[in-house]
Amino acid sequence: MSITAGVEPPGTPPTLTAAPEGGPVHVSIPIWRLALRSFVENRLAVAGVVILVFFVLFSFVGPLLYHTNQVDTDIANTFLPPQPGNPLGTESHGFDVLGRLMKGGQSSLEIAFLSAVIATVIGTLYGALAGLAGGLLDAAMMRLVDVLLAIPFLFIVLIIATRFNASVLSLSLLLGAFSWLVPARLVRGEVLSLRSRDFVSAARVMGAGRWRLISRHLIPNALGVVVVNITFQVADALLAVSALGFLGFGLNYPQVSWGDMLSNGISYLLSGYWWLIYPVGLCLVLVVMASNFIGDALRDAVDVRLRRR
Amino acid sequence: MSYPLEIENLRTQIRLRHSVVQAVSDLSLHIEAGETLGLVGESGCGKSMTGLSIMGLLPPGGSIVGGSVRVDGRELVGLPEPELQRVRGNEVAMVFQDSMTSLNPTRTIGYQVAEPVRRHLGAGKAEARERALEVLGLVGLPRPAERLDDYPHQLSGGLRQRVLIAMALACGPKVLIADEPTTAMDVTIQSQILHLLDDLKKRLGMAVLLITHDMGVVAGRADRVHVMYAGQLVERAGTTELFDAMAHPYTQGLLASIPQLDQPPASTLYSIPGIPPDLADPPRGCRFAARCPYADARCETEPTLAVTGPARAGAEHEVACWHPVEGPLPRLAAPTPAPSATPTPGPTATARPATEPAPGPATGPQEDERAELVAVTGLVREFPVRSGLFGRSGLSVKAVSDVSFTVRRGETFGLVGESGCGKSTIGRMVVALDRPDRGAVALRGEDLATLGGRPLRRRRRDLQLMFQDPYASLDPRVRVGATLREPLEIQGIGSRREQDRRIRELLAEVGLPGSAVDRYPHEFSGGQRQRIGLARALALSPALIVADEPVSALDVSIRSQVLNLMKRLQATHELSYVVISHDLAVVKYLADRIGVMYLGRLVEVGPAAEIYAAPAHHYTAGLIDSIPVPDPRAERSKPRDGVRGELPSPVHPPSGCRFRTRCPAAQAICAEELPPLRPFGPGHAAACHFPLREPEPDRPAAPVATLATPVTPVTPAGRTTEQTADPSTPDSRRTP
Repeated sequence: MSITAGVEPPGTPPTLTAAPEGGPVHVSIPIWRLALRSFVENRLAVAGVVILVFFVLFSFVGPLLYHTNQVDTDIANTFLPPQPGNPLGTESHGFDVLGRLMKGGQSSLEIAFLSAVIATVIGTLYGALAGLAGGLLDAAMMRLVDVLLAIPFLFIVLIIATRFNASVLSLSLLLGAFSWLVPARLVRGEVLSLRSRDFVSAARVMGAGRWRLISRHLIPNALGVVVVNITFQVADALLAVSALGFLGFGLNYPQVSWGDMLSNGISYLLSGYWWLIYPVGLCLVLVVMASNFIGDALRDAVDVRLRRR
Repeated sequence: MSYPLEIENLRTQIRLRHSVVQAVSDLSLHIEAGETLGLVGESGCGKSMTGLSIMGLLPPGGSIVGGSVRVDGRELVGLPEPELQRVRGNEVAMVFQDSMTSLNPTRTIGYQVAEPVRRHLGAGKAEARERALEVLGLVGLPRPAERLDDYPHQLSGGLRQRVLIAMALACGPKVLIADEPTTAMDVTIQSQILHLLDDLKKRLGMAVLLITHDMGVVAGRADRVHVMYAGQLVERAGTTELFDAMAHPYTQGLLASIPQLDQPPASTLYSIPGIPPDLADPPRGCRFAARCPYADARCETEPTLAVTGPARAGAEHEVACWHPVEGPLPRLAAPTPAPSATPTPGPTATARPATEPAPGPATGPQEDERAELVAVTGLVREFPVRSGLFGRSGLSVKAVSDVSFTVRRGETFGLVGESGCGKSTIGRMVVALDRPDRGAVALRGEDLATLGGRPLRRRRRDLQLMFQDPYASLDPRVRVGATLREPLEIQGIGSRREQDRRIRELLAEVGLPGSAVDRYPHEFSGGQRQRIGLARALALSPALIVADEPVSALDVSIRSQVLNLMKRLQATHELSYVVISHDLAVVKYLADRIGVMYLGRLVEVGPAAEIYAAPAHHYTAGLIDSIPVPDPRAERSKPRDGVRGELPSPVHPPSGCRFRTRCPAAQAICAEELPPLRPFGPGHAAACHFPLREPEPDRPAAPVATLATPVTPVTPAGRTTEQTADPSTPDSRRTP
């Protein structure tokens, strides 16, 4: 993952000649590999990566191998149970459920990642600015975050969603614009603690300007926290998209998300059409779980890196 | 007969993910009732693991794989957990290093001290409280009855440590394990706590295992000393025997590498080369061989503890070495190589006999002719205390109050004092990381506070900082090469190729291989990181380096390496240092002149040798007495008072002389009037109404510093009382 941004493996291990006065430098494992090792040793994390990769392939490569018509309704073949030709059956408009899962996966994953990135970027910049500025500006900015956090997010999103035509981009922007608050707090805390570190003081004593401090020391060191946060944001956004779709404010036809599918399936809950609910539910649970696993493992890996030797 | 504590062939391992650390290998020891055994060694040598093995409190992955631990003849190894719980805190108790994290912040101290009594002795609530009161009184907590319901955060560090000891004593244990009980403390509190432990041991007849890295601490308090290296016992003997006739080269090196108060400043400290071995893969044979000057082929087989040398009557002295040495190294080691580039400084501090009274008029001009580099005048810094939502309490921490001193070119100025006395704040202001509220820091006559932007950035080349914590001072994500390039880049010095050359040069200068450029900070040991920090500070060829506790985070054997390096670099670059430390021995070793700070004020300033030989201020004298000296005779013959009490709050400092609340000679006038700095010799001044020495007559104006308050001559009455108060500080208490 990109926590190792800016950290390339050093080339050939240097040869040590005559022992210098300060003692030899032990060639040890690079940080990124330590972090990677800790990540790989976490079985849940590896499972998470496997699941996530599977679903990305499933959604984006799957339709190339498994062709279905997801545009034209087929009234003759609605609610078919799983059978040869329709491994997961068909739904109320006669669309093949397996093909629809792939199509829904595309938009769900796209929205989840896009909104997570938007939220993280806004949150990181906002938090870093507040943390660095300090004083009155910091206090004002963080009180604003407190106020926004107190507003029920779903409520606002629902109001806005009814007024706009929902597309992948607009939903991502909407979700992103409402979920940057937590990363903002997180990054501010990190910047506050980094700001008082000795190595930052050292750079200041050398005469380093503010921009240099931010770009050379604060951002690279806060990056770990940010990356970890992205994975949790993905999980949250995925659930939020589903919730919106479930409440009927999802994407417009012909686009579809997993939430829309769930919402559709719920209508026939009592009709025994289990294939409308379980497959998509399972997909959602697996992807959210996978990104949480990855987030947890990344957090541990990042901590190991900061631990002393 | 069985000893209160007996350990035989103890082997403890810690299983990590990829390796097994042999934390303790084949260790045997025993302690008698009423005896203190000192277990000495560097960090990572297994001494703490020994303590935790006894308690059965090993960290995750740790286990005792062999040997036995017996308390009063009862085997503890292999005892089931519930049984162990009955022993822990009851028969064997432990005092930990960090009193803040060892106490539960959500419970009152009365509850916490009473808890073991209720648990182990089944006492009722009232009875346990009674006992808590009793032991809290025993450990010297002032007004214990009022403090029973206090929470740990309401007490100072020293008092918390007393509470911790009280908890350990509550059930009347037979064995007390004190793991670095005073390491995080100021010397004044350290000597109080050590004194307390000693006293309690005598009164209660406990067996005490004193685990420490400080040879000075064991010298005064232990009856016998065991020296550990890399998980093994390398030498054991009675304390005096060990200090007089040590036989292991490691013990010898450990003692020689500690700067001592009577160390001539011109000498280089002995240092043990290299770093301790990795215990996950311990070397075969003698584990010290790689760092030992005497090592030869024989050392590839492991030596066992054996009686050594002329076995004196009753002196049980064993050493694990094929080439035992005889006694400590001679104290006068090789002098520092004479700096060829530097003009020889005028009269050095040692050359001037401290007792020789300098003629009055000559005081000023007789001083070093070296140019004044930094002048600090009337520095004041106060930090507002925040409270409530908008944080305006009107109170402030008086961190620095009216401090003045000067640093000349090529000179080292030492600032000492207890933690919280404002010395680090001064350091930050000197390098312009923080701005003073009043007063000025002038670099070559130019006030730094008036500078801004580009001129200030340019000035920064001359002022650099060296940090205490070698782990926090280097950016973990930046390679060493880039770390050293950064100052050059910021200041726009040289082309990339020139910078590369400079980086190699700097690494060579601090004794690191050129290959270090491509490595990240986590790949270096603490001492090596401190070298990198020094190289970074040197990169801009500064005129002054402020070293804030440069060696306190390092191991004893590594400290002397860094101290020697600092001295060598000073000689070759004509550097000035401001060395800030709570460790007086370190400051004494490095500094030409010393300023003693107390609660934000400079109470005494003068030439290093003179300050130590003949302090004028009671605080200075108390500080010097509090330093544990690694010499059993000197340490034991010391009068045990040191400095009493605790540091008052810097928010409400005492009126008049701030030291008066802890001063043995305080009188009414001390509360009313701020004592002015009065001269006591060339460049030597102290602020005390009743000083330990006669001030120089008729020279009311202090030569090194000026004070805002008018100078008041001391009343004759004051003089007489001073003489009556003086017998408490006879000359004999100065270490020989």
